[in-house]
Amino acid sequence: MSEIESRGYVRPEVLVSTDWVASHLNDPGIRIVESNEDPLLYSSGHIPGAVEVDWTRDLNDQVRRDYLGREGFEALMRRIGVTKDTTVIFYGDKNNWWATYALWVFQLFGHDKAKIMDGGRIKWVNEGRELSKDTPSYPASDYKAADRDDKRIRAFRDQVLQHVEAKKPLVDVRSPDEYTGKKLHMPEYPNEGALRGGHIPGAASVPWAKAINPEDGTFKTAEELRALYEKEAKIKPEDDVIVYCRIGERSSHTWFVLTNLLGYNKVRNYDGSWTEWGNLVGVPIER
Amino acid sequence: MAMPEKLTDTLDALSMVSDRGERIQLLIDTAGRFREVPPSLAQRPFGEEHRVPACESEAYVFSQERPDGSLDYYFAVENPQGISAKAMAVILGEALSGAPPEQVAEVPQDIVYQVFGRELSMGKSMGLMGIVGMVSALAKRQSDAKRA
Repeated sequence: MSEIESRGYVRPEVLVSTDWVASHLNDPGIRIVESNEDPLLYSSGHIPGAVEVDWTRDLNDQVRRDYLGREGFEALMRRIGVTKDTTVIFYGDKNNWWATYALWVFQLFGHDKAKIMDGGRIKWVNEGRELSKDTPSYPASDYKAADRDDKRIRAFRDQVLQHVEAKKPLVDVRSPDEYTGKKLHMPEYPNEGALRGGHIPGAASVPWAKAINPEDGTFKTAEELRALYEKEAKIKPEDDVIVYCRIGERSSHTWFVLTNLLGYNKVRNYDGSWTEWGNLVGVPIER
Repeated sequence: MAMPEKLTDTLDALSMVSDRGERIQLLIDTAGRFREVPPSLAQRPFGEEHRVPACESEAYVFSQERPDGSLDYYFAVENPQGISAKAMAVILGEALSGAPPEQVAEVPQDIVYQVFGRELSMGKSMGLMGIVGMVSALAKRQSDAKRA
């Protein structure tokens, strides 16, 4: 049993170790993808053979606030040489926060052959592993994407409002000061992109990074995660759960944890998140 | 009020680099010049009053007065992956140290978009703007003290 398997996850196969990645650098069935918040990191050195998928340029519609459509996703996959059979290994900065975001977007298009490198970029770097500044190039694929499915793992504001009225569970993964609305009112803190502070009524506060071991960026064990989400936040695997943050990036990390590591059946990411809810007229807010 | 001359020159030079890859490489090289605040001025643990609000790279800003009343600006960035914060710190330190504090106090925070482009996440842009804001706040304090 591998160390990752020993942690008791429901779907341990969604994680790979840095050792595993190091031994699959030249595997033609694998495409390693770095996704970061910091736009300079990839070019400063990345895992040899890794391509970059940038959330603003590659995953978002460039005009509307939305993700790319089927044609855009198809073009992206063709450009990075990914086929339907390619397993995509995501990693990145901020404890894989942006890597899980990219994985979540890939799953909107049904590309389920996707995994996360446990510990992300910082673990690879701290282990003294090789970094490359070469930008790799792969033969374009003929990837044919499915239409984006926004029903399964994505939630929109009207659905969130119905969710609140039905008193179903939500998880707010922002910092405690964002959850209480305190941050919006602290002098010298920039506006969080919302006119009102607080949280969606009924939402439990579980900051996303609590799922991570701070010393090496790896995910906590299933037992530790259950203590966090089930004992503290009082949610259960059979629940219909909506997670949110500010724009849906941090909450995609929690979506990944609940869905894949703890095996929750129905978790949706509300990517409108606080930048939408905190600006909506007339919706309920708690502080 | 006019922007400090060196900062204007820096931003003009960056605006000439239209290729994204070239600009990124230029900023990476810039970050490579980062030197942490000297121990004679500040040592760990750095005071919270120096910490940049909202900067997830845990950046700190310090200043030291020159004989002419202007300031030298120094920085610390605790996140080893905080390469953009380091690049921003180098640009601000090189372009604003020694500039008239009343000019530095008026530097707009959105110069981060002139430096990095519009492709910044909200969190990243807030952190970088926070560094600019902290430098401006130190300059404003100095400017007010000079006037008093």
